[in-house]
Amino acid sequence: MLTVEDLHSFYGRAHILHGVSFALAAGEVLVLLGRNGAGKSTTMKSLIGLVRPASGRIAFDGQDIAGWEPHRVARAGLGYVPEERRIFSELTVLENLEVGRRKPRDGRPAWTPERLFALFPNLAALRGRQGGRMSGGEQQMLTIARTLMGNPGLILLDEPSEGLAPVIVEQMADAILALKQQGVTVLLAEQNLHFAARVADRAAVIETGRIVWTGTMADLHGDEALRAAHLAV
Amino acid sequence: MDFVLVQLLTGLAAASSLFLVASGLTVIFGVTRVVNFSHGSLYMLGAYIGWSLLTRLPREPEWFALGVVATALATGGIGVLLETTLLRRIYRAPELLQLLATFGVVLMVQDIVLKLWGPADLSLPRPRWLRSFVVIAGERVPFFDLVLIGIGPLVLLALWLLFTRTRWGTLVRAATQDRDMVAALGVDQRLLFTSVFALGAALAGMGGALALPDGSANLQMDLTVITDAFVVVVVGGLGSVAGAYLASLLIALLQAFGIVLLPKITLVLVFAVMAVVLVLRPNGLLGRPPAEARGEAHVLALIRPASRALRLLGAAALVAALLAPLLAGPFLLSVLTEMLVAVLFAASLHFMMGPGGMASFGHAAWFGLGAYGAAFAAKFLLLPMPAGLVAAPLAAGAAAALFGWFVVRLSGVYLAMLTLAFAQIVWAAMFQSVEITGGDNGILGVWPAAWAADPRVFYWLTLALCVAGTLLLRRMLYAPFGYALRAARDSALRAEAVGLDTTRIRLAAFTLAGTAAGLAGGLSAYSNGSVFPTYISIGRSVDALVMVLLGGVQTIAGPVVGALAYTGLFDALLLVTDLWRLVLGAAIVVLVLAFPQGIAGTVQRLWLRGREA
Repeated sequence: MLTVEDLHSFYGRAHILHGVSFALAAGEVLVLLGRNGAGKSTTMKSLIGLVRPASGRIAFDGQDIAGWEPHRVARAGLGYVPEERRIFSELTVLENLEVGRRKPRDGRPAWTPERLFALFPNLAALRGRQGGRMSGGEQQMLTIARTLMGNPGLILLDEPSEGLAPVIVEQMADAILALKQQGVTVLLAEQNLHFAARVADRAAVIETGRIVWTGTMADLHGDEALRAAHLAV
Repeated sequence: MDFVLVQLLTGLAAASSLFLVASGLTVIFGVTRVVNFSHGSLYMLGAYIGWSLLTRLPREPEWFALGVVATALATGGIGVLLETTLLRRIYRAPELLQLLATFGVVLMVQDIVLKLWGPADLSLPRPRWLRSFVVIAGERVPFFDLVLIGIGPLVLLALWLLFTRTRWGTLVRAATQDRDMVAALGVDQRLLFTSVFALGAALAGMGGALALPDGSANLQMDLTVITDAFVVVVVGGLGSVAGAYLASLLIALLQAFGIVLLPKITLVLVFAVMAVVLVLRPNGLLGRPPAEARGEAHVLALIRPASRALRLLGAAALVAALLAPLLAGPFLLSVLTEMLVAVLFAASLHFMMGPGGMASFGHAAWFGLGAYGAAFAAKFLLLPMPAGLVAAPLAAGAAAALFGWFVVRLSGVYLAMLTLAFAQIVWAAMFQSVEITGGDNGILGVWPAAWAADPRVFYWLTLALCVAGTLLLRRMLYAPFGYALRAARDSALRAEAVGLDTTRIRLAAFTLAGTAAGLAGGLSAYSNGSVFPTYISIGRSVDALVMVLLGGVQTIAGPVVGALAYTGLFDALLLVTDLWRLVLGAAIVVLVLAFPQGIAGTVQRLWLRGREA
């Protein structure tokens, strides 16, 4: 579904991604694991088009989307949930969802606010609440729900567990597993190994802008040396 | 009592007119973050297009309404053209460059309108319904005033419904907050921005057409209205439509009553209101503190000491300037003297704007106070010229220190508008104190001392003072004070955390800039032999702004290059063509599009690239 080949990206003059390559099959949950500054968020932003890759190929559903503008990428079916949440704090929950709404592209049933409230029950009671007056966990759920309103085939989740209470992290994991059951493909960026282990099928370990290891979660779990080398803080 | 009612209704009608223009401006700013100086030009185009349509249509009210709507659509179309050809290309540019580009549009539109409609004021024939009155509480109130009073709240309601009840409005409000995120959700920002700009332009055009029955279409209305609209938008809070309406009411009502109670105060009133509101509420009545910038940290180029080649170039230019009087005739010499004054004036603005991060729309205040200071010293105190040239910077510096105390607490557009407010207050004071300043007639006979009466001597004196002043300002940027100033600009919080008193540092920079501008003004007074209120006009402040931006804000040579290029271009164009505004405006637009870092900034970048490669 998504194939990234030799992706190079810069922030200003700083060379952040040095040839990132990985692939993701439909229906799969792949986690991009790495420390702070490894290049997880830049990879995500390069995919959605907020950072323009300097070179490399991003094949999504058979199209090379590298260098496309964000709105075109999103319309092609790539949903992006940013790390910093970035909800529209002056809009209500329902209005936030409205901004994300797009027509479904394939045969799958379209996401509606009601279906999303079933997925994130906490949001149901807050539909008229201003985004800025919600807790961090509620905001995180809203960003995911907002992106789902676009009916994406693949969703990019940038550190959804960051800064959330453990009980909310558990809810978040349940929600992601529910998404997977409904056939949504997920690319997750994480530092939280425990959270990643609960939801992901496979992992790609990123360090200083390169993918240094790819394999199943089980392999990763069995390889203590690998975890110590690339993930331990 | 009747007086109160009549003034109240007059004020309400004026508030509606003001609101139409200001609402468009604030909507455009809220979404695109562009400070659209050309909004007044759209208003002026609305008046002229409206005149052309309404004089050809039948005179009945329904045809009038149709003509106004058609005008709004036409200006909306012009807005689309403007947005797609120009603004779209500069959304990522620093906001001051956007301002400069839209100012280029103002100049171009002035000449285009002049060519198409001619220089005469155009007013509408007034059919009976337009002249009719309605008697309210025994007073005759113009029927058209009542129409206007109704239109303001109607437009407010329509905008409110549009922004809260439609998908388009939801998207626009979301984009106001975080445009990148909106794009990442699949919304084509370009369409959104174009449509917002078209809406704003249509509102401005409608305002222009509706101004016709009580006034005329004329060539001054663009700058008059943009100043008022800016004040309303800033007082209301940038981007807030409801705030714009409140501010329109406040200002129009104060003016309606003020003009009767204290006729002299009306010139200052608007700006005094703005100054008070900004001091009490730095983000306007209903404005919110600006959100932290997302993802677009503008990395400013470092200020580096001049390279050897640049020093040599500067020295060569200085030698050429020293020798110039031996070759130049009297006319050229006076042009060169003005250029030198412009260099110091621009350098002083650059000092607070580039390294200080405080852009000013009212820098002419200090220039003018310097000029008046010198003139007072010469005419009333009968002091010799050297004393006058000391009085000039002192007067300007003292005033800058006083006003600066209020100004440096703000930032960004709000700060710029407060400087404009103070400049307008100073202007009005000089304009209205006829007994002392001669008002519009100015103060004449401010001639140089006998020893400097020879234009060549005066030129050399100007050269010495302007070069010394400019070099002194430059030297300060490399002193610890200069580093502290730039630290305060880049992050006030972090600068405070390492123990810098940022408010005091900014105030010092503001005062120094005012002092240097005052010296330039004093020299200009002696050079021209006279001082007029135009020395403090908005136009002169804009000149300084254009010079600095043209040269490049973040290079030290920028203001020098910009001043020489702008005055040179200006004088040359004036000689060659009567369409100088069109050419100058186009040149500014092209320069902004081609060289967003200004002339000197672009040369520096090319030079460095050649070196580092």
